[in-house]
Amino acid sequence: MTAVAVLAAVLAEITTDTWWLIALAWVLTLGAVALYMASVIRRGRRLSRQVPESSRRWM
Amino acid sequence: MTQPVTPAAPEGSVAPDRSGALSTSSRGTRVLGALSLVGLVVLVLFSFAFSKPDAELGESIRIMYVHVSTVTAAYCLMLASAGFSIFAMWKRSQFADLAAHSTAEVATLLLGLTVVVGAIWGRMTWGVFWTWDARLTSTAILFLMYVGYLAVRSLPAGFRARSVRSGVVNLLAAAMIPVVRESVNWWASLHQNETALTLDPSISGLQYFTLMLSMVVFAVLAVWMVVHRFRVAWLEDQLSEVGLDAAIEARRKEAVGVVS
Repeated sequence: MTAVAVLAAVLAEITTDTWWLIALAWVLTLGAVALYMASVIRRGRRLSRQVPESSRRWM
Repeated sequence: MTQPVTPAAPEGSVAPDRSGALSTSSRGTRVLGALSLVGLVVLVLFSFAFSKPDAELGESIRIMYVHVSTVTAAYCLMLASAGFSIFAMWKRSQFADLAAHSTAEVATLLLGLTVVVGAIWGRMTWGVFWTWDARLTSTAILFLMYVGYLAVRSLPAGFRARSVRSGVVNLLAAAMIPVVRESVNWWASLHQNETALTLDPSISGLQYFTLMLSMVVFAVLAVWMVVHRFRVAWLEDQLSEVGLDAAIEARRKEAVGVVS
């Protein structure tokens, strides 16, 4: 019960405090872009190993 | 240093090619990536250290630097995607079809972030994360239309069918962009009007500079993202062709074996 109360208090603080909200907006934006690009680049590396070099002309 | 030993490829499959650079990077993307990274660091400095709070918006203007730039980049990519789709349907261009897909996917991510960051800004300014306001609702509909486009693209189909099907959805979604843009003028809306890209911008000085800088930085970042995503789409396409060729060759060998 105490943990839930602490979590609720933290969430209440985050969703009302100006600087928490500003930081949340920036972290979400940059974090989502970073995660997406990490997955795209990892997929590109995996696929590059299976495709003949002639089909990877940008290298 | 010894080379890693790779297991032999099964009969009928294509042996992996381990020569050359094995990624979607090139000199161009490395330059774009470095520019994006440096630009983001400078943008964070300007947004938090140099830019002062706005007289009207207060500290929440610091959210505008990501909100406005992500939505501007998303709109540009959506229009580019519509252009690629038209070209793909008209000229039956596989390149344009893959480019339409890549730009739309990155645009969908950026628009989704715009909606989420806009909700955070709404909590600070209006006291609620969401309200059924004309701009918010139309933007959410636009986002769902692009999610629909990506879903249509993932349906199994040949190149031509996929290109036409998804192209039509893409054009319908792009037609929604002017509605979203004009929603604040057509209906009563809590959302503010155009802030920066007008003849008479409502902000000035360092705040205006930071907003413009954010748009440039996110434009470079979006181009970098699209180039990588396009190359992944290209590799997936090549791989499906290579797989098809291997399957045909295996069937041909089987047929020869049966006849002899």
